[in-house]
Amino acid sequence: MKGLAARRRRPLATVVLLLMALVVTGAAYAVAAPTFANASTTAAGDVQRGRDLFVASCASCHGAQATGTRAAPSLVGVGAAAVDFQVSTGRMPLANTAPQAPRKPTEFTQQDVADLSAYVASLGPGPAIPEDQYLNLKTDDESLAKGAELFRVNCAMCHNVVGAGGALTRGKYAPPLEGVTPKQMYEAMVTGPQSMPVFNDANLSPTDKQDVISYLKYLEEQPSPGGFSLGSLGPVSEALFAWAFGIVVLIGAAVWLTAKSS
Amino acid sequence: MSQTTTPNTAAGGVADFLDTRLGASKAVRGLSRKLFPDHWSFMLGEIALYSFIVLLLSGTFLTLFFVPSMGMTTYEGAYAPLNNVPMSEAYASTLRLSFDIRGGLLMRQVHHWAALLFIASMTVHMFRVFFTGAFRKPRELNWMIGSVLALLGLGAGFSGYSLPDDLLSGNGLRIIDGVIKSIPVVGTYLSFFLFDGEFPGESIIPRLYIVHVLLIPGLILALVGAHLGLVFWQKHTQYPGPGRTNQNVVGFPLLPVYAAKAGGFFFVVFGIMALFGSFVSINSVWNYGPYDPSPISAGTQPDWYILFIDGALRLMPGWEWTVAGFTISFNILIPGLILPGLMTGILIAWPFLESWASGDRREHHVLDRPRNVPVRTAAGVAAIVFYTVLALAATNDLLATHLGLSINDITWTLRFTAILGPPIAFWITKRICLGLQRHDRELALHGRETGRIVRTADGEYFEVHEPLNEYDRWLLVQHDARRPIELPPDVDENGVARPGARKDRIRQKLSRWFYEDRIEPLTPSELAASHAEHEHALEAGEGEERPVVTTGR
Repeated sequence: MKGLAARRRRPLATVVLLLMALVVTGAAYAVAAPTFANASTTAAGDVQRGRDLFVASCASCHGAQATGTRAAPSLVGVGAAAVDFQVSTGRMPLANTAPQAPRKPTEFTQQDVADLSAYVASLGPGPAIPEDQYLNLKTDDESLAKGAELFRVNCAMCHNVVGAGGALTRGKYAPPLEGVTPKQMYEAMVTGPQSMPVFNDANLSPTDKQDVISYLKYLEEQPSPGGFSLGSLGPVSEALFAWAFGIVVLIGAAVWLTAKSS
Repeated sequence: MSQTTTPNTAAGGVADFLDTRLGASKAVRGLSRKLFPDHWSFMLGEIALYSFIVLLLSGTFLTLFFVPSMGMTTYEGAYAPLNNVPMSEAYASTLRLSFDIRGGLLMRQVHHWAALLFIASMTVHMFRVFFTGAFRKPRELNWMIGSVLALLGLGAGFSGYSLPDDLLSGNGLRIIDGVIKSIPVVGTYLSFFLFDGEFPGESIIPRLYIVHVLLIPGLILALVGAHLGLVFWQKHTQYPGPGRTNQNVVGFPLLPVYAAKAGGFFFVVFGIMALFGSFVSINSVWNYGPYDPSPISAGTQPDWYILFIDGALRLMPGWEWTVAGFTISFNILIPGLILPGLMTGILIAWPFLESWASGDRREHHVLDRPRNVPVRTAAGVAAIVFYTVLALAATNDLLATHLGLSINDITWTLRFTAILGPPIAFWITKRICLGLQRHDRELALHGRETGRIVRTADGEYFEVHEPLNEYDRWLLVQHDARRPIELPPDVDENGVARPGARKDRIRQKLSRWFYEDRIEPLTPSELAASHAEHEHALEAGEGEERPVVTTGR
C-alpha cells in the first residue's frame, strides 16, 4: 500500500482512477440492465374467465363494466384485436402514467389474453383477431416490393424505412417493429393503438397488410448485406461510428507512428 | 558531365537515365534532406490526404458502373423487395453496384466511409492548426486555402450523398431546394435554374455528377497541391522545446524517415477504411427505396458534416414576414444561408482578425501552447460547442427515442444551449487556460509536488518539491508576453483629431478582449530569484525584463 500511496499524486493516477470508475459503472449497468422477453399467440377464449381477469386487473382504471373512467377510456366496441394487441405486447396493464404505454414483457398467459379478448369482444362489436390466412408470410418478389412501397408511403414517416422507430411529439414515439409478431402488426393496423392511425380494410386491404407484414419480417430475417448495421438508424449512427472509432483509431495510429522519437 | 561512370545495377541505370535528362539528382538531394518535425498532431492532415486518395481510387471504380441519369427504368437483380420496381437509372445502377457487381458494395462502403473520415480528419487537422496558432504569419494564405478545401469537402460530400437518387438523398435535395428558394427575389429563379425546372426535374443528377466527379475533385487536387507546396516552401511549424527556434527546424529528413512513415501511414489509413467498408454497413440505399417526393422516413438526416445546417433549421423558430406581397422566410434563410455564411466568414478571416488585435507582424514558426493564448483557445472551444449543439439538434428525434425524452423539450433546451453554451464554454476554457498558466508558473518556480511531507527537527512541516530539469522548465517559460496594444491618443498636442482614431478604438477594444486577462510569463530574473531562495544552484539570468511583443503599427 505504501507504493500505491506514493504514486497517487502522479498525473496518470487520475486517468487510471477515471478508467476504473467507468469500467465498474459499465459492468454494474450490464448486470442490472433490463432484458426483454417475447409475447405469444392466442387460443379460444372463455368470456366468464375473461370477466374475472378483467375485474381483477383492469377494472380499477377501465371501470367495473369496462365503460371507462376519468383515468382510462371505455372498452365497449374496441374489439378483441385491440385487447390482444395491448395485453400481449405488455402495454396493458399500464405500469405508470407516461406519454405512451411502453412495450414490455406481458404478465398474462396466452389463455388469459384470449379470455380477456373474448370478454371485451362480448361487450360490443369491434375489430376481431385477424384470420390466420392473412398472417402467413409471403416470399415472392412482387408482394415484398408492394409491401415495401406501402410501408414507405404509409408507415415510414413515423416508424423509419426499416421499422427502426422514430420520435413523435412530447415524448411519444413510433416504436421499433423488430420482434413484433405478424398478428400484433395486423392488430395494430386495424385498431390504431395510441398515436397510430387506423388502417382499415378500405385503406389497406387485408392482402396489402399481409404484404407490409411480409416485407417487415423479410427485413428482420435477412442479414444486413453491408455488414454490421449500426441499428439501421442512418447517417447519425454512421457519424458517431466515424468519429468514435474511425478518427480515434486513425489518431491512435498517428500517435503510434510518432511514438519512438522526440 | 559527358564523362560518367556506367552504373552497374538496374536501379542505378534508371537513376542515371533520369539524372542525365532531368537533373533528378539535384531535386532528390534537396528534397531528401528536407527536415520535418515529428509529432502525432502533424499527421492529421496526412490522414485527410490519404482519405482523399482512397476516395479517388474507390470513386473511379464506382464511375465505371454508376449511370448518372434520371431516366426511368426498372431494377432487375438480386434484391427482392425492389425487383421490377420502376426507378431512375441512377438508383437502379446504385442497386446493381450494391448487389449484382462483384466488389461493388465494398467499394461503395469504402468510398462513403472514406468521405466521412476525409472531412472528419480535415476538421481535426484544422483544430490542431487553430489551437496551436499555426495560421499566424506567414501562413495566413495556407489557412485560407485549407478553409476552402474544407468547404469543397462539404460540397463533394453533399453532391455524392445526392447521387444515388434514393429516398434519403432526394429528401436532402428537397431541403437544399427549400433553402435556395428562401433567398429573397431571386430564390425561385435560382431553384429553377439549378433543377432545370420545377423540383426534382430530370437534370439534377447528371449536373451533380459532373460537380462530384470532375469539378470539385479537380479543385481539391489543385488546392491540395498549393496547400502542400506552401508547407514545403514555408517549412513546417514546430512545437516549442529546447533548441527549437523561429530560425531552425528540428526533425527528421524526408528520406528515409518520412518517406517510410508517410508511406506506411497511407497503408494504415487505407487498411482502416477497407476494414470499415468490409464490416460496417453505411448508407444502405436499398432500404430507402427510389426517390418519390411524397414519402419521408423518420430519422432522415444528412451525413455528419451537414448536420449543423439541418440542426439550425430544426432549432429556428418559424419566423416569416410578408413584405409587399413577397414572403421572406427567415425561418429558412437565417439557419440555411446566413448562419453558415457567417461561420465560414469568421473561419477564413480569423488569422487577420487576430493579427489586427495583437499588432504582431512577426513571423512565427514555433507553435503556441493553447493555454498560453487563452482567448483564442476559448473562442475555438466556443465555436466547437456551437457547432456541436447545432449538429445535436439535427439528431433531436433520435435523442428523443433513445434517451426517452420529449422532442419538444430537447428542441427548447438546445435553443437555449446554442445561445448560452458558447459563452459559458468560452468563459470556462479561458479560466482553465489561465489556471494552467498559473500552474506552469508554479511548476517552473517551485517544481513538482512529491507528496512527501517532511518534519524538521524544529517541528516545522513542509512538502518536498522536486525541481524540474531545465529542459522541462524551458517549455514552461519560453513564450512571449502578450499585452493589449497601446494606441496614441485620439487628439494630438495641437488638438487635431488623428485620422483613423475611431477604427483604432474598435481595434483597441478587440485587443483588450484578447489580451487583457493574462498571466505574465516568468522572466529570467524571477526564475533566478526563486531558485536562489530554494537554494538550488542555478545560473543567474541577466536579470533584464523579457522582451515584450512590440505593439502598435
